[in-house]
Amino acid sequence: MTVILNQSFTGISIGAVLLLIALGLTLTFGQMGVINMAHGEFIMAGAYTTYVLQKSISSAGLSLLVALPVAFLVAGLMGALLEWLLIRRLYTRPLDTLLVTWGVSLMLQQLARDIFGAPNVQTHAPDLLTDNISVGGGITLANSRLFILGLALLSVLALTLILRLTPLGRRIRAVVQNRDLAEVSGIATGRVDRMTFFIGSGLAGVAGVALTLVGPIGPTMGTNYIVDAFLVVVVGGIGQLKGSVITAFALGVLQSVLEYSTTVSVAKVVVLVAIVAFLQWRPQGLYTLRTRSLA
Amino acid sequence: MTTTTEPVKAVTPHNPPPTPLLERLRVPSAFALGAVLLLGIAPLALSDFRLALLAKYLCYAIVAVGVSLAWGRGGLLVLGQGVFFGLGGYAMAMHLKLADAADTGQKLPDFMQLYGTGDALPWWWEPFANPLFALAMTVVLPMAVAAILGFLVFRRRVKGAYFAILSQALAAALSIWLIGQQATTGGTNGLTDIQGFFGYSLDDPVNQRMVYFVIAAVLLLLMLLARQLFVSRYGELLVAVRDSEERVRFLGYNPANVKLVAYVVAAGMAGLAGALFVPAVGIISPALIGIVPSIGFVIGAAVGGRASLVGAVLGAIAVAWAQSTLSDAFPAGWTYFQGLLFVVAVGFLPGGLASLWTVARNRRKATTSSGSEVTA
Amino acid sequence: MSGLSISRRGLLAGVSAVGASAALSACGAKTGSDTSSDAGVKGDTSGSTVRVGLLNSLSGTMAISEVTVHNSLLLAVKEINAAGGVLGKKLDPISQDGASDWPTFAEKAEALIKDDKVVATFGCWTSSSRKAVKPVFERYKSLLFYPVQYEGLEESPYIFYTGATTNQQIVPALDYLKKQGLTKLYLVGSDYVFPRTANKIIKAYAKAKGMTVVGEDYAPLGSTEFSTIVNKVKDSGADAVFNTLNGDSNVAFFKEYKSSGMTAKSMPVLSVSIAEEEVKSIGTQYLEGQLTAWNYYQTTPGAANTKFVAAYEAAYGKGKPTSDPMEAAYISVYLWKEMVEKAGSFEVAAVKGASDGIKLAAPEGEVTVDGASQHVYKTARIGKVGADGLITEVWNSGKPIKPDPFLKGYDWASGLS
Repeated sequence: MTVILNQSFTGISIGAVLLLIALGLTLTFGQMGVINMAHGEFIMAGAYTTYVLQKSISSAGLSLLVALPVAFLVAGLMGALLEWLLIRRLYTRPLDTLLVTWGVSLMLQQLARDIFGAPNVQTHAPDLLTDNISVGGGITLANSRLFILGLALLSVLALTLILRLTPLGRRIRAVVQNRDLAEVSGIATGRVDRMTFFIGSGLAGVAGVALTLVGPIGPTMGTNYIVDAFLVVVVGGIGQLKGSVITAFALGVLQSVLEYSTTVSVAKVVVLVAIVAFLQWRPQGLYTLRTRSLA
Repeated sequence: MTTTTEPVKAVTPHNPPPTPLLERLRVPSAFALGAVLLLGIAPLALSDFRLALLAKYLCYAIVAVGVSLAWGRGGLLVLGQGVFFGLGGYAMAMHLKLADAADTGQKLPDFMQLYGTGDALPWWWEPFANPLFALAMTVVLPMAVAAILGFLVFRRRVKGAYFAILSQALAAALSIWLIGQQATTGGTNGLTDIQGFFGYSLDDPVNQRMVYFVIAAVLLLLMLLARQLFVSRYGELLVAVRDSEERVRFLGYNPANVKLVAYVVAAGMAGLAGALFVPAVGIISPALIGIVPSIGFVIGAAVGGRASLVGAVLGAIAVAWAQSTLSDAFPAGWTYFQGLLFVVAVGFLPGGLASLWTVARNRRKATTSSGSEVTA
Repeated sequence: MSGLSISRRGLLAGVSAVGASAALSACGAKTGSDTSSDAGVKGDTSGSTVRVGLLNSLSGTMAISEVTVHNSLLLAVKEINAAGGVLGKKLDPISQDGASDWPTFAEKAEALIKDDKVVATFGCWTSSSRKAVKPVFERYKSLLFYPVQYEGLEESPYIFYTGATTNQQIVPALDYLKKQGLTKLYLVGSDYVFPRTANKIIKAYAKAKGMTVVGEDYAPLGSTEFSTIVNKVKDSGADAVFNTLNGDSNVAFFKEYKSSGMTAKSMPVLSVSIAEEEVKSIGTQYLEGQLTAWNYYQTTPGAANTKFVAAYEAAYGKGKPTSDPMEAAYISVYLWKEMVEKAGSFEVAAVKGASDGIKLAAPEGEVTVDGASQHVYKTARIGKVGADGLITEVWNSGKPIKPDPFLKGYDWASGLS
């Protein structure tokens, strides 16, 4: 029983990491159809932001809290810049954005290497977040994982509120559902695109801050997460947050169960094969946005 | 909502009315020129070492022929060619390792004696002792996997980005699986230290040159085959599917089948390339299969010109050459350059470097014919 | 190029017209036929300098580790040149980038031997890169000095192994754990050759000496999700973890380990791939008190080490740590120099012949070359990570251990290979 409960929590915490890294992509890929392979490098930018801030703010806890909004801004601005420089020229060629942004990700990795050096760097986590809570019955919950779970849910909530309640959110939804109609209704689609990209990339930065608690911080850290993040969005389906949320947690639990009963390698392979099979059943993912488009 | 069509203009001439003799001889003469360069001049001009390197690049070029067909003409972004390259390579390497072991009177390949668990050869290795079976498998295995996957995927109309990401996931899965089975696949090391090639010692530089000739000949033949496919009715249908799948469906064709053929042929080519890579380089390993090398197989074609056969082949050779030459001198600079090359070639020159040539030719034509087209 | 190869070219050009497949059966040596009359490719010793090859990954995923080894090799070359070179000739180091890609390693090795005509090559890190270049060095009969602890089970006549083999690192580490009464082990490793081979040895040792292995898990290289593995370790009731994880995975593993409430006191982790550089990137917050097994630490006492650490800091910046693979790389150049001077020649056969019994007062203590296996006698040292990020020795084997790559001298290991 303890094992099952511990593993469930593990699955949920893996899911929270997946959700956090995929959330920005549900906006940029899910809603705009742009495959941004440099998304992983925006995560990296968030992690390095934490590292840099820690050099000037000695308190680990405070620097982490400050890093969250700063990383959002840093990664968001990088994303907006990328959109303005390259991606807006490629909206009609989604597959080409994949290759172009892969080139960008190579350059960003090298840039990180030149600035911070090739070896991984360390950040100091606040003591509270390296500890754990015991909830009885032999079950312990790692604080860092709880923090990530909380942050992921908070990000989903904030994103939902923005999309539902703000004028910007309304415009984003309008562009997603029908770009041409939105444009003739007087929405500056170009500006909306840039804002969407800013928010999506900013969320990657936030994910980067959280990941300093559980993973390595180095120039290639983004590549560890990028394929997983895309799989979540692909399985979740285009244009819907709830698809990504459900998928992230489902994949997390599936992976933790498989890892416990088999090996990590087998678990990875089975999860990937399961995804291929799932797309047989629902080729457009879990949830799809109904449109009249044929393509 | 999103369109998956790529506005890359095909350069296929649609049976242009009376072609001048020079135009009609263009393809055969280009082919002859390629043959002379690859089979005649290169072996004379290059040292053993350089020629062996060229052999390796030509293997990448063979993959690029398939990429040009599937991606350039069919619009299928095949980001998992490493899978097929690997299947072909492993099929060949398994046979060569068994033959090496038999030559030295051993029952098991060297790595199995070190890392294996039992004394018996795994059952799925056994048939590969037969050279004909192994040779057939280098092409049949990748094509069969592509056929099954393609059938499932295209039938359900999984396409565009979904297809690309699925291909990537598959490449990752195969490479992780191979690494996990160290006792029977050699794990991360892969299959190395290959001594002979169907009875010929690879230590001998003469035989190394022979391998080069085989690779060059295969490349030329496959280019010819691809060229025939490009200009056939099927080739036109493939371009039509790429540019507007729905219209083709309304015309009564099944686009899934059209795409499937291109995907399977491209997989077979990648498998053959992998099989030839093994005697040329002497190694096949999971590191050649995963996500990054799979993207690498597409780079060359993208830079040279995905829709142009010659462009894709030259692009693949040039990128591989640049990688091995520039990365020593400027390890950091090379990464920037590679990234930039990708951004510029794909982002701003979707026809690749080959399109520069077309542009230049059109401009020359335009200026010679009183320049009216330029202003038009 | 010799005249012979020119005539071959002429022949080949003619043959090519006939067709490649016909040509394949026309000439070339068969497998098994004796090609050893071929003397390989000799290094060029005609000038006032001789070239030596440095083959490391300067780019790609392995660059993190291999650049430090490359720096150490350059440092040794520079020092030797400043002291007058080898046999009166200065060394000209030629760096080639293996780019963390195994076929590239093979290609660059061939370039060093055939194009640059190096007299010896130093480098490689991963087992995969060594396996990829091994046939190249054997084919051209050229020497490689390999500086990293590895999984053993190999003796190439053209490779000198200056890092530890299993009986100089893994086996002493097990002896140490047993002596501490830590007999229930959980094995965690990355999924590649070294951990799998090491764990096979550990299991054989445990079986023979009354220890138990309560669990064994492998994570794909580069994997950064360890919550499940750490859960399993926690539930296993093990006394200690034997950790053969590599690279980034260590960072994720130790962060997870600490947040799940385990410490060096409750269940120590003994790692064989964490050196000073890695401690820096993981953080002492997570590593303090954990154990490592190597043959050298930055804190190892002795004049030779004080000199090495100071020279490295002077060359590459204050605070740059030195580690076991770096030290093994550094001494590999000196060992080669001693062999060449003893042989009085750069000839590969002469150098190999002179290798047995070469002694060096190395930063790690005295090392001696074992000519038969072409490995090095080394002292095993268990260390503990301190709050300052340095590793201090808590135990050593007392004297250098004779290298035994196939573990022939250990009864319990008889069933292994």
